[in-house]
Amino acid sequence: MKKILFTTLCLLVTVSLAHDSRVFALDGEIRIHDPSTVIWCNGKFYTYGTGGISLVSDDGWTWRRGPSLPRRGVAPDVIHIGDRYFLYIAANSGPTKADINLLTNKTLDPDSPDYKWEEGGVVASSDGIEDCNAIDPGVLLDPTSGRLWLTYGSYFGYIRLVELDPSSGKRLKPNEKPRNIAINGEASIMIYHEGWYYLLVTHGSCCRGADSGYNIRVGRAKNVAGPFLDNMGTDMLRGGGKLFVGSSGRLIGPGHFGLFDLGDGIQRFSLHYEADLDKGGASILDVRPLLWKDNWPVAGERFVGGTYQIESLRTGTSLELTVEGFPVGGRPVRRGPPPGSPGAPLSPPTGGGAPPIGGGIFAGTGKPIPTQDVTEVSKKWPEGNVDVRMGNYMCQAQQKWSIEPISGSGYLGSPYFKITIAGTDRTLTATEDAELVAMPIFTGRPEQLWRFDELADGSWRIMPKAIPSLKQSLALSAVGSSFATFASFDSRSEKQRWLLKTP
Amino acid sequence: MTKHLITLIAFLILFTVLDHVAHVASQIPASTLRASDSSNKPPDADGFIQRWLILEPLNTNGLTDTAVQAAVKKEYFADQLNVVPRDGDKVNVDGAELTWHALDTTNYNVNLFHFARAYSKKTSDVLFWAVTVINSPREMRDVRLAIGSNAASVWWVNGKEVIGIYGDRQTVIDDGVSKRLTLNKGPNVVRAAIINGGGATDFCARFLYAEDRPLKEITVSLGTIRTKPSP
Repeated sequence: MKKILFTTLCLLVTVSLAHDSRVFALDGEIRIHDPSTVIWCNGKFYTYGTGGISLVSDDGWTWRRGPSLPRRGVAPDVIHIGDRYFLYIAANSGPTKADINLLTNKTLDPDSPDYKWEEGGVVASSDGIEDCNAIDPGVLLDPTSGRLWLTYGSYFGYIRLVELDPSSGKRLKPNEKPRNIAINGEASIMIYHEGWYYLLVTHGSCCRGADSGYNIRVGRAKNVAGPFLDNMGTDMLRGGGKLFVGSSGRLIGPGHFGLFDLGDGIQRFSLHYEADLDKGGASILDVRPLLWKDNWPVAGERFVGGTYQIESLRTGTSLELTVEGFPVGGRPVRRGPPPGSPGAPLSPPTGGGAPPIGGGIFAGTGKPIPTQDVTEVSKKWPEGNVDVRMGNYMCQAQQKWSIEPISGSGYLGSPYFKITIAGTDRTLTATEDAELVAMPIFTGRPEQLWRFDELADGSWRIMPKAIPSLKQSLALSAVGSSFATFASFDSRSEKQRWLLKTP
Repeated sequence: MTKHLITLIAFLILFTVLDHVAHVASQIPASTLRASDSSNKPPDADGFIQRWLILEPLNTNGLTDTAVQAAVKKEYFADQLNVVPRDGDKVNVDGAELTWHALDTTNYNVNLFHFARAYSKKTSDVLFWAVTVINSPREMRDVRLAIGSNAASVWWVNGKEVIGIYGDRQTVIDDGVSKRLTLNKGPNVVRAAIINGGGATDFCARFLYAEDRPLKEITVSLGTIRTKPSP
């Protein structure tokens, strides 16, 4: 009896953990303010914040405190060019008197013998009189030209732009006057996307916990020096800026955008919230999907799972167990000819429920048809491993997949997920020969852990954490109309794009 | 209203007549099928296999997974999952003598409705057995058989069941695709059972490389073919 009680308690704990909203926030030590762009080095993710602190993660989901920088300034940004990491960090010596300093390193990994920060000097400054406060650096390596750009500034006056030398990270022309490109914000940074330069600037007030009005706004320009106009055509030099992301839920004051490009059209952005109400109002790191619509960046939501129909964008057919489907509500019974045809009743049949439309085979039952009971339907399914195929979605039990986050293991900005037929333990699994099967139980092995990456068009790339005996990462792929397999992800193809629809 | 009623009655009469014709079709030459010869025939430009041995249809019923699997597992004639028949071979199924025909299709697909009609056979609630032998110039790993069928069908390559698609469906290129498989150097036997509920019936088949590119380096040879007129 005690054992049963203990098991029940464990189950209750497991269930409550599975539905704990905390599982949807980055895991581990994520307290930071003004984080830099998240950057990858030697198998780990790094970000640096105000005070020279750093956070490090092996998988991009669970974070821990990393080594501090030799400078204790504010709001750093970091970029990797060639064999060097260039880190820019500012310090105020007066209300608007500030310098942005360069630090360089061959690696961010403190365990590497090459780990050594070197001072690179001041790359931008403000004298305390001019209309600028030279803090909050943000860097862009222009993919079209290879030129390196630095934006900086904070409220007092302008956000400014200067050019840096990509070979040294230093100011390219120290005597050249900086260009003004925006006002009314801080934490500026530029990104490039399909012919446009985007300037992301954090507006609103910072550093006031849950009373912070921080929000990230964006303008775009065809030229790196602007003018950066928002969606209404207002120049960011005149206070314009289309809202990119503001406070939502219990997360207050998003700021300090940083792009992380995973390749294949999949992007994330890093940011901090001034206050996470679930963490006592602490300032925390987050990493979210970056999507695009009409050539404007869109802040994606972290995927939290649920019960879904998984439909191939290529074929329109949906993933299902290879079992014989049973129509929802039972097989149709022919009750008569279509209304209006010879022999059809002239008036609706009498009886309980709402009056059906006309009569005959199109009349329905007059009452809602209940959802298919998977416990009942699955009694006829084979035991053991069952193949997986694709078919026309008809709301049947073998076509509904429960996607649940698994704590303790993740990828950049998300935990991994298990995928099971809703209401069962039949678990989608990658096999050694890189095919699909549904196993009868969830083992937690890498071939049963799945990552979901939202693509710009709202479809999803779905990948197992690993395929046994394969080093290569492969994505779930439609092959023909009725079968799925694994293949290298091709961002130009619809074969590896999936829609998640609520059944 | 009267006009609609007349139209509906006319439609029902026409449907009944057509349904009867479809069930026991009168002999009409198969415009898309030709008698095979003894040459090695490559697939068409898109890799579709155009040479098959097809058995005259036998009776069956049902298109669900269970019904189709039961139908193809039932033994109709000796060694039915292993035999590579010759053109003109005959089998006896439930007292009916059925003949294997070696045929080339002029299309990407094999029109079984044309086939059955040409031999005055039923086209509804029937099962067609089809076999072909493809010659591979070398061992080919990680290729896939890709088929489409109207309606349900089950497929074997070198004796192993590799595809099953079920339900009342139309032929769509690459509807059913096998898992990765290996073609032996030399002859490989591809076998299919296509089950039709009613109306048109046909199938198409080709092999694909792993990245879905059609495999065209194979040829089809069905051995010695008797000289005979096209159906």
